[in-house]
Amino acid sequence: MSFPLILTERMTAHPADSHRLDRYEATGGYETLREALGAMKPEDILEQVKAANIQGRGGAAFPAGIKWGFLAPAEPRYLVINGDESEPGTFKDRQLLERDPHQLLEGAILTSFCIGANHAFIYIRGEYPKPARRVQQAVEAAYAKGYLGQNILGSGFDLDVTVHLGGGAYICGEETALLNSLEGQRGEPRLKPPFPAVEGLYAKPTIVNNVETISNIPWIVANGGDAYAAIGDVDSVGTRMFSLSGHLKKPGNYEVPMGLTWRELIYEVGGGIRDDRELKCWVPGGASAPWFVAEHLDTKVTKDDCARAGSMLGSGAVIVMDDTTNVVAAAHRIVKFFAHESCGQCTPCREGTTWLERILWRLLNGAGRPSDIDLLLDICDGISPGLAWPPRMTTICPLGPSAVSPITSIMTHFRDEVEAMIPGLQEVAHA
Amino acid sequence: MSAASVIADWSAPNQERARRLLETYPEERSAVMPLLYLASLEHGYLTSAGMTQVAQLTGLTSAQVQSVASFYTMFKRDHVGRYLISVCTSISCYLLGADDVLAAVETETTARDGTTSVDGAFTVEHVECIGACGGAPAVQVNYELVEGVLPEKATALCKWLRETSPDVVMTDAMQKSFGGVRSFDWGIGEEQGAVAPVPAFGPYGSTGGESAR
Repeated sequence: MSFPLILTERMTAHPADSHRLDRYEATGGYETLREALGAMKPEDILEQVKAANIQGRGGAAFPAGIKWGFLAPAEPRYLVINGDESEPGTFKDRQLLERDPHQLLEGAILTSFCIGANHAFIYIRGEYPKPARRVQQAVEAAYAKGYLGQNILGSGFDLDVTVHLGGGAYICGEETALLNSLEGQRGEPRLKPPFPAVEGLYAKPTIVNNVETISNIPWIVANGGDAYAAIGDVDSVGTRMFSLSGHLKKPGNYEVPMGLTWRELIYEVGGGIRDDRELKCWVPGGASAPWFVAEHLDTKVTKDDCARAGSMLGSGAVIVMDDTTNVVAAAHRIVKFFAHESCGQCTPCREGTTWLERILWRLLNGAGRPSDIDLLLDICDGISPGLAWPPRMTTICPLGPSAVSPITSIMTHFRDEVEAMIPGLQEVAHA
Repeated sequence: MSAASVIADWSAPNQERARRLLETYPEERSAVMPLLYLASLEHGYLTSAGMTQVAQLTGLTSAQVQSVASFYTMFKRDHVGRYLISVCTSISCYLLGADDVLAAVETETTARDGTTSVDGAFTVEHVECIGACGGAPAVQVNYELVEGVLPEKATALCKWLRETSPDVVMTDAMQKSFGGVRSFDWGIGEEQGAVAPVPAFGPYGSTGGESAR
């Protein structure tokens, strides 16, 4: 299959040096900025981004234009770009940061101009030093050429950009936890409201957007929001970066238009299952998402279609498991992640994720008890009452309910395999 | 106390970096995490004295700074070996054999998961997802990434570190010698890397190698 590329066109055409300023300029880079600063008003850019109807690419899929429209009038205002990509299975922002940092910067400058911010922060997870170095080099090169700093390209608009490294905490990908972290505090999520657009960084109006979202802005401003909205599917427009991993022939990042089917994404884009084995299941949108199985292969890869099927596109991370996979062990790995990353503020998450991990561990080690299935579901119900989708919340942020997803997934699709791990259970049941 | 006197024992370049970091942010408290990395670099790991210095630089109490430092896994508040080997054992790497990679690293370094080898050369840790899922299984050395590291390559990587004892570990060089499948085309390499078990980033003083500025 071949698709039009928005985000990865430059790195595909020029794989050696797509990160360099000379390559960026030679392929039309910063032309959009030059034209926009000369001819457009901030509200013109907002109009295009609203028309594009681009949903945020970090996981929550909130329309960026609407978010920008919520901005409170107070000053100063800030733009914070979320590069704390940590959802297991997700590695798309790493590629965008490392391979086309100027595309991100041009998006950051256009966005800052639009929202009236004079200081933008790029928060990159601490485990991404090379992407951070690449972005820092790009920032320094952009200052040297007058794309950043005072009176950018003679427009009178000023912008400083600061690259900030995280310290190894998944929860800082949650936007309010990220803001706390950027303020030099523990990365614990804040209660919302107030939302960051009203009270964000230093309690000032702040827009927080994902790296991929901001990287799309130059194309949208250059080609118009309507052109962007014409790509993809009606409810989920544009292209999207999918991170494919697990038991696939061709794992990797792929930029594809929204609206393919899962069959196309897994078997054509991802090359199918390794060694031509059988597909067992896949995680459709990062570790937080409930799993899909073969019956979902013809579901469309859009926000609404996935929601109707009981899951989400989340961060665009697709983790594929073949028929050799021990699904209880796989679920344990994902739950262990959430237990480790729980920030500890809310009791259902802090205690619940820890107990879920311990019970799965004893199942895996042959020490499961017949009551453990009910106990697992009871703890899940305590974290996310009713085990509904989208999940009901007992916690400040969605991390706790995320740990419920792998457990409800294996109970729904592979209950036999769970029961088979508990000594004596199936004999009792079938006696 | 002036900033200069608080960190008089730091190298002159790192004192200058600290000064710049404090000026970079609208509020000084935002410099806490960058300064914690600088303090780790200065003292080999994040010591109590280092945290107190960061508190004095940012107008916080030592307790406030400790509360921040203890929240994040990358601020090491105990001795760390010369090379920190982080083996990803999250779901995508797990599916492709990460547990065997961790076992190989433990065997070769003689350091169990979460500990430091007796000779001080290695600290080994399993870590949660490091964003290299398309290049699973993945390993980092002083946070410099190597993708597609099968167990025997992990063993060879640890041997190479012990035998050559490089001052700077570079992601591109290690990938060439010990890596396999990658998440994406890396393009031309950079000859930069980490000088310590601290993420190598210019403003934090932890980058070494060519054109490290």
